[in-house]
Amino acid sequence: MAELIVYGIVLGSIIALGAIGITLVYGIVRMANFAHGEFMTWAAYLALFIVTVVLPWLGVPDSTFGPLSFGWRMLIAFPVTMVAVAFIAIFFDRLLYKKLRFKKSSAVILAMSSLGVSFILRMIILIVWGADYRFFRPGVMRPALELPLGIKIRPDQIFILTVALVLVVLLYLFLQKTKMGKAMRATADNTELALISGIDTEGIVMWTWGIGGGLAAAAGILYGIDVQIHPGMGWNFVIPLFAAAILGGIGNMYGAFVGGLVIGVAEQVSTAFLLPTYKLAVAFMIMILILFIRPQGIFGGSEK
Amino acid sequence: MTILKAENITAGYTELDILQDVHLKVEPNQIVSIIGPNGAGKSTLLKSIFGILKPREGHIFLKSEEITGLKPNKVARKGISYVPQVSNVFPSLTIQENMEMGAFIRTDDFSKRIDEVYDLFPTLREKRRQKAGQLSGGQRQMVAMGRALMLDPLLLLLDEPSAGLAPLLVSTIFEKIVEINQTGVAMAIVEQNAKEALKMADYGYVLAMGRNVLDDTGEALLDNEEVGRLYLGG
Repeated sequence: MAELIVYGIVLGSIIALGAIGITLVYGIVRMANFAHGEFMTWAAYLALFIVTVVLPWLGVPDSTFGPLSFGWRMLIAFPVTMVAVAFIAIFFDRLLYKKLRFKKSSAVILAMSSLGVSFILRMIILIVWGADYRFFRPGVMRPALELPLGIKIRPDQIFILTVALVLVVLLYLFLQKTKMGKAMRATADNTELALISGIDTEGIVMWTWGIGGGLAAAAGILYGIDVQIHPGMGWNFVIPLFAAAILGGIGNMYGAFVGGLVIGVAEQVSTAFLLPTYKLAVAFMIMILILFIRPQGIFGGSEK
Repeated sequence: MTILKAENITAGYTELDILQDVHLKVEPNQIVSIIGPNGAGKSTLLKSIFGILKPREGHIFLKSEEITGLKPNKVARKGISYVPQVSNVFPSLTIQENMEMGAFIRTDDFSKRIDEVYDLFPTLREKRRQKAGQLSGGQRQMVAMGRALMLDPLLLLLDEPSAGLAPLLVSTIFEKIVEINQTGVAMAIVEQNAKEALKMADYGYVLAMGRNVLDDTGEALLDNEEVGRLYLGG
C-alpha cells in the first residue's frame, strides 16, 4: 500500500503539472481547454523526435546519467520542448480562441472548439507517428531503489518528483514575486479592473497559454519517461486533469497542485481493489462527487 | 487649461443610445459632481470618457489631446484613472499588491507614491499584507481609490463612491475625496447621494434620460428650487 501511495504521488505530480495549466487557463482566459492533454502528447512526441533524430544528427552522445534511464539528450530536449509547446499553445490561441473571445463567444463555444483542436492535434500525431507505443529509450530497465516499508522506487521517478516540485516552486515565485505574475493573478481576479489599471490583459492571456503549455509539456515528457508514449496518452489525462483542477477549486493554482496529488494517489491506490483499467473511472467518480458535495472545490476556489 | 472636455457625446450599448448629445467639462482642481435619477446615464458617461464604452458620436479631449475611442489602458496612460462602482479591487491580492497593480504601467520607482497613498488612508498601511477581499466595504472603497491614485492622475473618475456604505462611512469617504482633491487631482464624481455630492462640488451637472438638464456651480444647484424638488428630496 505504501508503495502504491508513492507511485500515486509520482503520477499525481504529473497530473498536477497539467491541472495547473487547466486552472490557469480557466481562471484567466475563461475557457475549459479540452485540448490540454494533447499538449502533453505533442510534448512527448516532440521530445522523442529531438532525442532520437535531431540530437543524434547533431552528434550529441547517447549517454545516461548514473542510475537514470536518460542523459544529455533528454536534458536538452526537455526545456526545448517546453518552449516549443508553449508557443504551440499561444499559436492556437491567436489562430482560434482569440477570435472567438473577441466575438464574445460563450464558454461552451470555446470549450467545444478546444475539443476540435484536441482531435486535430491527436490525428496529426497518429498520421505522423502511427498508433504504436514508444519509449524514449527502449530496453533500459534500471534497478529500483529499496526504501523502508518495502517501497521500491526507480531513480527516474525521483527525477520526476524533483522536476515537478521545482517547476511548481518556480511558478509560485513567478506568481508571487514578479510584476507579470502579480498581473496574472490580478487578471484572474478581475479582468475588467486589470484593463482599467492599464494591464495589457491580452498579453497576460499569452503568458497564461505559454505557462500552461510549458507545464503540460513537462507533464507529457515526464509521463513518457515514467511509462510510455502513445497517441492517446494526453486524451486519457483530460479527466484526471479536470478532476484535479475542480477538486482544488477551479482557478486556484495551489488547489490544482494538491488536487493533482490527491487524484494521482486515489488512482494508484484503487488498483489494489480494482482493475487498473478503472483508474480513469476513479478520477471521474471523484470529480462527480466533488461537484455534488462541494462544487467550489476543497479550497473554496478564488475569494470573491 | 481645461482638464477634460466632452462634447456632444452619444453613446450606449448595442442599438440603444443611453447618452444623447451630452457635454461635460472639468477645470483644473475642480470637483465636478454628476447627479440625476437612476438610468440617467451618469455611469455610462464615465465609461465613455474612460474608453470602456466607445461613444457613437462626439469628442472627448484631455487637455488639448483628443482621447475619443481610446482603449482604457491607453486612456490610463494619458492621465485619467477610473474607479468603478462595484468590483473595484482585486480581492485575492493584498492591499499592497492592489497598489502595485494600480501602478502597473509606471516604469519608475513608485514606492514614494504608495507611501503618499498610505498617508491618505492610514488604515491601509496597517493592513497592507491583508487580502483586499477580506476588508469591509469602506476599506475596499479606500483600496479602490488608492489603486486609482497610484498613477498620479490628472483626473479621477469616481462612480458612486458612497454606494452601499453605512452613513457614517459615507461622510468619511467624502472627506477623503475632498482631501484627494486638495492634492491637486481634478475629479468627476457620479453620485446618488446628490446633496452631499453638490456640497463638495465646485461645479455640478444634472443628467436625466441621457441628456443634460442643468449645469451650474455646486452652490447654485443646491439653491435651485427645481433641482431641490426633483433630485434632492425637497
